[in-house]
Order: sequence, then C-alpha cells, then structure tokens
Amino acid sequence: MFDEKKVDQLRKERERWEQTTLPNWIKQSKERKGEFKNTSSILIKRLYTPEDIESVDYMRDLGFPGEYPFLRGVHATMYRGRLWTMRQFSGFGTAGQTNKRFKYLLKEGETGLSIAFDYPTILGYDSDDPMGEGEVGICGVAVSSLKDMEVLLNGIPLDKVTTSMTINGPASMLLAMYIGVGDKQGVPREKLGGTTQNDNLKEYFAQKLCIYPPRPAVKLTTDIIEYCTKHLPRWNPISISGYHIREAGASAVQELAFTIYDGISYVESTLERGLKVDDFAQRLSFFFAAHNDFFEEMAKFRAARRIWAKLMKERFHAKNPRSLWMRMHVQTSGCTLTAQQPLNNITRTTIQALSAVLGGTQSLHTNSFDEALALPSEAAVRVALRTQQIIARESGATDTIDPLAGSYYLEALTNEMEKRTFEYIRKVDDMGGAIVAIEKGFFQKEIADSAYKYQKEVDEMKRTIVGVNDYKIEKEEIPIELLRVDPKVEKEQITGFHKMKRERNKKRVEETLDKLRHAAQKDENLMPTMIDAVKAYATIGEINDVLRQVYGEYKELIVI
Amino acid sequence: MNVHKAKKIRVLIAKPGLDSHDRGAKIVARALRDAGMEVIYTGLRQTPEQIAETALQEDVDVIGLSILSGAHKTLFPRIMRLLEDQDMTDVMVFAGGIIPEEDIAELKKLGIREIFGPGTPTETIIQYVLENISKKS
Repeated sequence: MFDEKKVDQLRKERERWEQTTLPNWIKQSKERKGEFKNTSSILIKRLYTPEDIESVDYMRDLGFPGEYPFLRGVHATMYRGRLWTMRQFSGFGTAGQTNKRFKYLLKEGETGLSIAFDYPTILGYDSDDPMGEGEVGICGVAVSSLKDMEVLLNGIPLDKVTTSMTINGPASMLLAMYIGVGDKQGVPREKLGGTTQNDNLKEYFAQKLCIYPPRPAVKLTTDIIEYCTKHLPRWNPISISGYHIREAGASAVQELAFTIYDGISYVESTLERGLKVDDFAQRLSFFFAAHNDFFEEMAKFRAARRIWAKLMKERFHAKNPRSLWMRMHVQTSGCTLTAQQPLNNITRTTIQALSAVLGGTQSLHTNSFDEALALPSEAAVRVALRTQQIIARESGATDTIDPLAGSYYLEALTNEMEKRTFEYIRKVDDMGGAIVAIEKGFFQKEIADSAYKYQKEVDEMKRTIVGVNDYKIEKEEIPIELLRVDPKVEKEQITGFHKMKRERNKKRVEETLDKLRHAAQKDENLMPTMIDAVKAYATIGEINDVLRQVYGEYKELIVI
Repeated sequence: MNVHKAKKIRVLIAKPGLDSHDRGAKIVARALRDAGMEVIYTGLRQTPEQIAETALQEDVDVIGLSILSGAHKTLFPRIMRLLEDQDMTDVMVFAGGIIPEEDIAELKKLGIREIFGPGTPTETIIQYVLENISKKS
C-alpha cells in the first residue's frame, strides 16, 4: 500500500526514534506493563506504522464495500443507507407476558424480535416435566406447543416483523410452530422472515444445551437449511454462533476460528444433500460477541468477513457474490458485565456496541446493565436500546463506511486475526473436522484453558476489571430494581398446557408423531412431518421423546 | 497458606439446574485442584438425587453448587434435605452463580455456608474452604 522506498526510510526513522527519543521517556516514566497483550494473546506493539501493513494490497485485501473480500462491509452504502437491526433478546414467564414485552419493544423503536426460550423448552421438555421444575418461564419464555406460540406472537404481523429464535436442538420444532402461526395469519411461507439459531455444533463445546449426539444434531440443522432453501427464502436457517464460544471463555481468535469452522461444516453437510453452494450460502448468517477490547473486537469482525469470503470462494467455489457475504448479528458480551457497581455496565456495553458498529454488523443486541444480577428490568432494557440509538443517531460513527480502516494498528490486527484463524482451520481439518474435534474434546480444552487463564489474570491483577478487582466499593448497596419472575408462572403455564392437551385431537397427534418417527428412521428431511405434528399440537416433549428414541441422548464429555 | 493434611480435602463441584453456564464451575474446580484438593466435577444438569449420591459415593468433605438458571430456591432445599437424610450435615456446602442478594439469608438458613457471587476471586474461595475445613477438624 506504500512506496517501498518510503517504508525503508520510515523504518530507519523508527529505529532512530527508538534509540533517541523513546529511551528518555521510558526512563522518566516506565511503561505500565512489561508486555501488552489482548485476549487472543497477540502481543500489542508500542506503536504501529505503515511498516506493519507494508504488505497490504488495498484492492486485494481491503477492497470496496459490497465487493470482495468484503472487509469494509457487505453493503455498498452500509449505515448511510440502512442502520443495523436493533434486536433485543427477550423472553420470560408465560407467552402472554413476553408478548407484552415484545409489543413494548416494538413501540419503543425496536425493529425485530428475538425470542429467548426457557431451559425446559431449549432442552426439549414440556413445562410439566419434572426435569424442569423451578425453571419454567425463568430464563426465557415457556413454549411447549403451538398454542404457546400463538399467544406469544398474537397481534404481531409475521409478514412485517422478522423474528430471531435462539433455539438449537429443537429448532425445527420452533420453526414449525412459527410456520404454523404464519399459516394461521394467512402469511405466505415465502414472506416469513427471521432466523433460527440452529447451530448445533457449538452446543457441544460452548452453549452445552445438547439433546442428541452431534451427528443427528447436525442432520437436524441441515434439514432446516435444506427446507428453508426450498420453501422459506427470507428465512436465515442458521446463525452460526461464536457468541457462546466466547462466553464460555474462548479468546477472540478462538471464537472466530471455531465459529468459522462450524460454518465450514454446515456448508459441507448441506452440499452432501445435493444442494449447490450458491443455492443456500447467501442465507447463512453469523453471530458474534463484542467483548471488552475495542480494537481486538473490531479486527475480529472485519477479519471474519474477509476469511469467510475467501473460504466460500476458494474452498467452496461459490460464484454468487452474495454467497460470499458474511452477515452478522452481534451481542455485547454478557460475561463482561459485573454484579459490582452495575451502572458501569452501561459504559462497557457502549464501548462494545461501538466496536460492533465500527466492525460493520448487520444486527445488534446490547445487554442491559442489570444482567449480572437478574433478567433485565424494563428500564434497563430501555437504556440498552437507547445506547444503540445514541450510537446510530448521535455519535457520527454511522456517517461513513468502515471509518477506522487504514489504521495501522487495526489493519495489522485484522491480518493477525486472519492468520491465526487459518492456522486453527488447518489444525481442525487435519484432525478430521468439527465433530472429531468435539469428540476429542479439542475445542472444549482450548476454551477451558483460555477461561482459566483469563480468570487467573483477573485474580492476579494482571487484568483490571473496574469495580471487581480494582476501584472497589466496600459494602455496596445495589441501587437498582430487579425483575423477578413470579413463581406462580410455572403453575399458570402448566395449567394452560394441560388444558391444551385435553382439547386437542389425540388421535391426530399420535398419527403425526408416528409419521415423524418413520421419517426419522428413514433419515428423511423431518421438516414436513414436523410441521404436521406441531400443527396437530404435538408438544415439544412428545416430539423430542420420539427423536430421543431414534437418535439417543448425548452424554456430556467433561473437560475441565 | 499451606495446610498440610494427611488426607487431601475432597470437593464435589456440582451443577444442579438446567442451565449450561459451566465456566465458573469449571474454573472453581480447577482452582481448588491447583490448590491441592481432590476435585470431582460431575458436569451439567445434575439432579439433587445425583448430587447427593455422588457426594456419598465419593465421600466428600465439601460441596460447591453452581447455578445460574434461577432455580436455586427449588433445587437447593432439596439437595440439603437429601444430604441430611444421608447423615451428611457435616459436609461443608457453598454455592455460586447468579443468586440474588435477597435469597441469600434463606439459603444460609438451609445450611449453605457461603454464597459466592460473580466476580469472586478464586483465591477467596480457596481460602474459605481451607479455613472452614480446619475449623471443623
């Protein structure tokens, strides 16, 4: 990018500076640390100059927005055209309660819905299953059947609002329910827009909400990709997720590498169905975390786009430019929130959100400041949403595309992230792919080691967490009001659930479940029979019981 | 502090509840192990019955419960009751995770000795175990 002679000259000048100006300054005031490192253990230099991006070729490595390699953004106008989707993950209590919260968020200017399900739903248990006692409606909304979904989406026009569902093991069931509600509203299936997380691989080493062993789980994931490619053109069948990998303790590079590797695996599993890469690749979407280190995160988002574009082009020979796009959703990092001095979390979230915006995200969730203590209150959710609106409307960060491009530091870091990601990709390729890496505990061990290292750094004061290991307040009173889910919710939900079960056509339920069992045994795509079963009001528990019988259950591989 | 004991302190780190946030549990397990204790970590989603059974089988001195799902008020009393049934009230039980301040007094009444919230240094937990175990013996 720079004239070779000028860089040589600069190199000499830099060496002179290091020998003359710098030593006196260091003598007077020692640097704060012996070495500066980010979470990816990349050594941060004192100063970055054109030398560090000497080998960068602008057109090859950066390019223009909307063009290969998409480093500067997937859209040619980025936020000068459309802002990112402000999508706040929410769900608690009964479907009726969450429906109210959804309507509140839409009224406050949110542009898309994002459903959080409770643990029993996520793990494929009905609300009255003893496994879920004390958990119903607590960390998300309870959805045991189409009935709950109907209440949840009551009054929300599915042809206008897009919905993201954080659901993996039972993703096909929840998608089937969404389709069921759409059918009732008279919305044609090709108009349904939204996302199912449906990334089962990361469950085995990050989110760890697994029902089946990895191979059938990937089969279910692929069923949705295949079905949506054919019938739901506006649906993102999968959100390949690094967020949970990061939250489990991975570094930024590990998050990037493992997520992209999962992406590679899903492309492969879908190609095996006989689909062509350009038929489905454009609907694949990604989900990353925005952690504390502002530059490391920005570099990660930017590198992600370039890596994915290269892989799709070179490894999978995609031709359609849209197949090369990495579209992403970002959530600010939940694990960086502190229970101590919780208002400080607003500041953390702001910096994290800004890194996502400067990193060119398509969609963003900002965490609420009270989330290290409980589910967010309405007031806290509003501040979180307002944070995005302030970045969008006041900060000026959205006026030009990829404004920090060309920063010596940022570009050098972006290159380094990419280099390390490709090293991991080669390693997992050599191992035999993602499922083998999971079975060997490779991802698990990498993440556990990083998590432990991070905690050690905090404990040893090598990493400052304001309010936790420094700038502490003794005997702190928490000045905020917390949301508590009424324990009566569980009873209310179960009562409604039993009523639904009494009123449905039992014979029809059994017939559809039988068909589902046969389809599973014959290894067919389960979506069509799943939709029939769900529309007959077969429950999450019943459907999963059928699949648990066919596929077996996953037994956790414990890696500390 | 170095407490030399003939017998290593045996700790069970257990995760009741359906949530899968095991980052904290694993870090605590590893930190206690690095501090010289014998640590058994049994993985996610252990029922109260499984936890009590493991505690008995493994003859542990300490149990650390980690939960972030909000179901502690349902599950902790059940675990404590089962330990009592097994005559294991001398086992020191501590807990961690997302547990609201206002629930702590109630949980301590059940016999849970200490609750470590988010941001607790691992050293604090190690020290707590060492000091309270030595008081017992």
